[in-house]
Amino acid sequence: MLIKHAADTRPSEITSPELYADRRRFLRLAGAGTAALALGGPTELLAAQARDLGPLVKSPFTVDEPLTPRKDVTRYNNFYEFGTDKGDPAINAHRMKTDPWTIKVEGLVGKPRTFDLDQIYKLAPLEERIYRLRCVEAWSMVIPWVGFPLSALLKAVEPLGSAKYVEFVSLFDPKVMDTRPVLDWPYKEGLRLDEAMHPLTLMAVGLYGEELPNQNGAPVRLVVPWKYGFKSAKSIVTIRLTDKQPNTSWNDAGPGEYGFYSNVNPDVDHPRWSQAKERRIGDFLKRKTLPFNGYADQVASMYAGMDLRKNF
Amino acid sequence: MTATPAPRSPSIKALSPQKISALKVLVFILSLIPLGLLLLAFFQDELGANPIETITHATGDWTLRFLLITLAVTPLRKLTGWHWLLRLRRMLGLFTFFYAVLHFGTYIVLDQFFDWRAVVLDVLKRPYITVGFAAFVLLVPLAVTSTNAMVRRLGGRRWQALHRSVYGIAILGVVHYWWLVKADVFAPLIYALILAVLLGLRAWWREQERRRQRAAPPPSATGRSQGRIIPILPQ
Repeated sequence: MLIKHAADTRPSEITSPELYADRRRFLRLAGAGTAALALGGPTELLAAQARDLGPLVKSPFTVDEPLTPRKDVTRYNNFYEFGTDKGDPAINAHRMKTDPWTIKVEGLVGKPRTFDLDQIYKLAPLEERIYRLRCVEAWSMVIPWVGFPLSALLKAVEPLGSAKYVEFVSLFDPKVMDTRPVLDWPYKEGLRLDEAMHPLTLMAVGLYGEELPNQNGAPVRLVVPWKYGFKSAKSIVTIRLTDKQPNTSWNDAGPGEYGFYSNVNPDVDHPRWSQAKERRIGDFLKRKTLPFNGYADQVASMYAGMDLRKNF
Repeated sequence: MTATPAPRSPSIKALSPQKISALKVLVFILSLIPLGLLLLAFFQDELGANPIETITHATGDWTLRFLLITLAVTPLRKLTGWHWLLRLRRMLGLFTFFYAVLHFGTYIVLDQFFDWRAVVLDVLKRPYITVGFAAFVLLVPLAVTSTNAMVRRLGGRRWQALHRSVYGIAILGVVHYWWLVKADVFAPLIYALILAVLLGLRAWWREQERRRQRAAPPPSATGRSQGRIIPILPQ
């Protein structure tokens, strides 16, 4: 495969010493994986045997901000199917089997298809994209994702003119997941078709240059960086194109608290807490939250003329 | 040969003053363990990705736990006849306040970092913070009037009336927790059920008492009210 290289290397593209050290440490840990597992060490080590994602295309859609350490990205997760404490998914998600895996794409498309993992990996060259992630709970991270634009997958199934929305359904496997009715399972999310086709909207298969750990939504998840984190559905098994706005799990659970759009917006508070500021994981002081999580230049035009207080 | 006094039967119902003192020291040390574990985790960098959230949740959890433990003293004493439990109640109540101060302090210093505007807006606009703040403020007079001198100054009846506000404070505390969780109310539900049992027992006993008195009226009106005062002065 021919990899196009940028003419010159920007400082943001150089692996930071912290990241380099973190990976070295991770590899060292992985080497001692058997011993650590025997001692009940972190289950993320299971992911250390993950396949290499190969050479990654550098993406212009990257922010030049310090990365959140890998251990925080992989041990502080909201993945309620594996427990509602943020430490739970890293402990429990290893029970999920992510290979073989298929994603069924159906609904208002010309060529409905079921993709297996190999086909998904071949849809487009894998890119590394460093995105901000802003959780609705007012904390944030900076994560180096590996993935490809969702638009590549959608183009492959040829959406019909009548398709206006895209629904995403996550895996729900009661054998390995927490079955308490905290949300209406399976987890469902949705985007407008133009949002789904936006070049920033990513299907992620990895982070920090390696396959996604299960707790981060392996093997394939959505990443929509200008929306609150819960919009970025994990471990996707079905994608459905529809003409009506789909129901989404959090919107169903709290219609007044979690809107369908859920664009990051410092001016529209969650009814129970302020969204004006956020705590970047690793920072002591909070920072101001940016409209559309700092991606306003790229995405605000999609919402021109809309009342963002009403369509929160 | 002189007769030695027969050893007192070691009854758990009536502990010697020495044993009660030892028990107080033990309870004091045990009550500091949650703080100790938190400090240990802090110094070993084991508080996780969001240490401030971890500290906020831990101190909040322990405030509620100590509040429920304190409220369990009277029912337990009634059910077991271990009257010395009452002698631990003040310390447990003050540890409730201690963890509440840590919880509130974490919010003001670590979470908001003295952003008073944000604090005031939170208290006014966020119902879960409003009730949490109210619960904390209402705990202050109880902590202040916990000394023997204050009990004497207020008089038993007034002191007791004031300290009954702890029932309402406990409800506010559980509501504070219930309203802040996003979807999984399992943990606050457990606290709510325990509190319901602790308050329900009191209501039940009170009703029983009322019925008993109705069946056999006391000889005088004053006798009735005097009979309801529980000596709370610890030694």
